[in-house]
Amino acid sequence: MDTKTLLPDQMGHYGVFGGRYVSETLMPAILQLEEAYKEIKDDPKFHEELNYYLKEYVGRPTPLYFAQRMTEKLGGAKIYLKREDLAHTGAHKINNTIGQAILAARMGKKRIIAETGAGQHGVATATVAALLNMECEIFMGSEDTKRQSLNVLRMKLLGARVREVTQGTQTLKDAMNEAMRDWITNVRDTFYIIGSVAGPHPYPMMVRDFQSVIGKEAREQILEKENSLPDLLIACVGGGSNAMGLFYPFLKDEGVKITGVEAAGVGVDKGLHAATISAGSVGVLHGSKTYLLQDDDGQIKGTHSIAAGLDYPGVGPEHSFLNDSGRVNYTNVTDGEALEGFKFISEVEGIIPALETSHAVAYAMKIAPTMSKDSTMIICLSGRGDKDINTIAELMESEASQ
Amino acid sequence: MNRITNKFNELNEKNRIALVTYITAGDPSLEVSEDIVLQLEESGADIIELGVPFSDPMADGPAIQLASERALESGTTLRGVLNTVKNIRKTSQVPIILFGYYNPFFHYGLEKLAKDAAEAGADGILVVDLPPEEAPEFKVHTDKAGLNLVFLLAPTSTTERVELIADNASGFVYLVSVTGVTGVRPDMNYSLDDLANQIKRTTGLPVGVGFGVSSPEQVEEIAEYGDAVIVGSAIVRIIEQHGSNKDILLKELSGFIGGLSGACNKPELRQKEKAK
Repeated sequence: MDTKTLLPDQMGHYGVFGGRYVSETLMPAILQLEEAYKEIKDDPKFHEELNYYLKEYVGRPTPLYFAQRMTEKLGGAKIYLKREDLAHTGAHKINNTIGQAILAARMGKKRIIAETGAGQHGVATATVAALLNMECEIFMGSEDTKRQSLNVLRMKLLGARVREVTQGTQTLKDAMNEAMRDWITNVRDTFYIIGSVAGPHPYPMMVRDFQSVIGKEAREQILEKENSLPDLLIACVGGGSNAMGLFYPFLKDEGVKITGVEAAGVGVDKGLHAATISAGSVGVLHGSKTYLLQDDDGQIKGTHSIAAGLDYPGVGPEHSFLNDSGRVNYTNVTDGEALEGFKFISEVEGIIPALETSHAVAYAMKIAPTMSKDSTMIICLSGRGDKDINTIAELMESEASQ
Repeated sequence: MNRITNKFNELNEKNRIALVTYITAGDPSLEVSEDIVLQLEESGADIIELGVPFSDPMADGPAIQLASERALESGTTLRGVLNTVKNIRKTSQVPIILFGYYNPFFHYGLEKLAKDAAEAGADGILVVDLPPEEAPEFKVHTDKAGLNLVFLLAPTSTTERVELIADNASGFVYLVSVTGVTGVRPDMNYSLDDLANQIKRTTGLPVGVGFGVSSPEQVEEIAEYGDAVIVGSAIVRIIEQHGSNKDILLKELSGFIGGLSGACNKPELRQKEKAK
């Protein structure tokens, strides 16, 4: 891979991926956003404000924690956890929402909308809207409002309106459709905070840039602790924002292997899943060209994952590019394996992870024992699992009754 | 020359604007869609927009979202829609524009689609989520196949975007409404007719206006400055209501379209008729 070329290009392309595939009704808003982002990107005042909130409000830097018991139990590579679960609101999502909300305020927008799957991005958006005194509306599939009811309540407590989306599969993709429709309708006073490295340019680039704080910190922290770069990075990939945030500052370090873990649901060859790169084909959805799960007629397929935040038929376009260029390896783990990861790290390290994050943990459990004891890996511990307690309780109940 | 351009020339001579009607192909079934198209033409529609259903119609309101769902449930595929165009061409020369989202077209294969659509007898394609910036990879094939590539413009479109679309568009330009936003542009207090006239001057193409039109009075208003009026959701709602009974459906459509067609006279013609 030519690491010297800056991606995306002027038009938002990552190789053949990315771009701006949106209705003309949205183009002026997207171009305006791109201009506004260009202005603040190198503006020291903006970064001063952003860094202030990241430190004082979000609680950054988050620790890079050496998971000693997990390392011993698995008997291979030294495992470090990048503790994004310790960021305010309990996940990495706020790194991005705080950046976009400050930008929205600078653009004079009074109203913020967002889509959410697991509810983590919704909570992070509602939080910064409260912080910056903006009106906030969150779109969430009705399937997800049921399985992530705790986060629905959190958003409401933060003063946001939660709009239940009953169209289509009633999950993340439909929430995003509805948020786009709202944006088309209210484009003049509304800022749409997309939560993943997906959507039309400049979103994949902007969200990556805001999330890159994860990888920048992790890189400094591991160099300080180990005096060398890690051998492997692991992160879960739905749309792929926590993964992009961890991976991006390491892309030029050729010795660092990188693996993204997708959701295989009940199994990639057994039926419903959300392993977009592993089992999808190239198409266009939600404004960018990327790998998608689609049928023979180009209709978007229904997906399944135990983790609402991974239950999405697309993936960020830069991930598609990194897959095809060979820089990043994408694999997948099933619902069952993710649950094993969830239980393991809860019991061994006293850290209850989100079900999304559990996919990364599950893959680490497979790969760590095959690596030498002097090698190191970083897992992005992208979020905490409080929101998933109801789902887990139901699963444990049904297991017990069987 | 293309059927679309022919139609606009012909109507212009008669001092009339074109009545463009949208239906989602396959709602309630492709067989009935064929009958609907022929009925629309007979009742006074000048150009047909044939919607290709998509699982995620992001830019559409509830009426067309539901129509897409019904069409997909009835088993509609892009291949099936092209076959429907072929069948319509056996008895009709009404201009047909395929109207849809990019992914089904992209997945079908852009070169093959342009070729197959032209062979089936379609005259143009409008891709809702394909702005001119991303259009070259498709335009090279539609140009070769002799298909018009129709683009949207919105009241929010800036002068630069009107110019960009002028460089790419053919057939006509579709001026869409932004729901909840009046016909005023952010940069200047343009009224809609100013915008339509600016588009006409810049692109040299006819301008069709679609603003949730459902009454002859609205059509008369648009006839003051537009070259075509586009009616979509109102027709789709009639199909939603009467889809299960074809005879009643066709009769309802006939009455509705007849009323709109009667209002398509340009002001000059209207005055002449008054004078008689």
